[in-house]
Amino acid sequence: MLVIRRDLVDAMVAHARRDHPDEACGVVAGPEGSDRPERVIEMTNAERSPTFYRFDSTEQLRVWRAMDAADEEPVVIYHSHTATEAYPSRTDVSYASEPNAHYVLLSTRDPHEYELRSYRIVDGVVTEEPVEVVESYMFAHTGSDDVPDRG
Amino acid sequence: MAVSVSIPTILRSHTGGQKSVEADGNTVAEVINDLDSRHSGLKDRLVKDGGLHRFVNVYVNDEDVRFVGGLDATVSDGDNLTILPAVAGGTR
Repeated sequence: MLVIRRDLVDAMVAHARRDHPDEACGVVAGPEGSDRPERVIEMTNAERSPTFYRFDSTEQLRVWRAMDAADEEPVVIYHSHTATEAYPSRTDVSYASEPNAHYVLLSTRDPHEYELRSYRIVDGVVTEEPVEVVESYMFAHTGSDDVPDRG
Repeated sequence: MAVSVSIPTILRSHTGGQKSVEADGNTVAEVINDLDSRHSGLKDRLVKDGGLHRFVNVYVNDEDVRFVGGLDATVSDGDNLTILPAVAGGTR
């Protein structure tokens, strides 16, 4: 199951809406091994395409090094589908290479309602998982919440 | 020429869990061959049809080797080679 703060979901949706009709992509970093997403990092879609995305490789190196230095990992890897449902395509599955990550798909095909779903993708096998959107992680068993809640 | 090679999570099963290993070579291809001789199976994950596999990015220091000659890119003593999974996908 993916447990994620509402402000992080809002940030991913805003990013996907802004880049629509191109696919938007990024990661949500969190402490290594915590399974707790904390920080949205919008990545450049080097393809700038409505049907394909690829992290800019130079930006990715910089971001991955920064996460490494902070003992973080990509807890969530997200991208948008702008004309189809939020389900991993064959291409998505073939590239999925972080067995510990939650792969979040966002569909922006409907201008008013977004669709957000999360998957584990391991060795080519896609498993959908429930998503729980929370106001804070304070009552979760994963440690303290050092990021103030909004509003 | 000794270089240190950063191994991503997905490939650490080949290196006994190590994040960073040493290898020798004057080009990226030579380093990968040397890596494979020490950590069997790595080459198949990095090279396909004589080129860099599209699922990985390889960097010499801060440079994506795709922009500097691919497998023929030169490496020098003390360089860092970083391997990252390419993050890509899409509707197609």
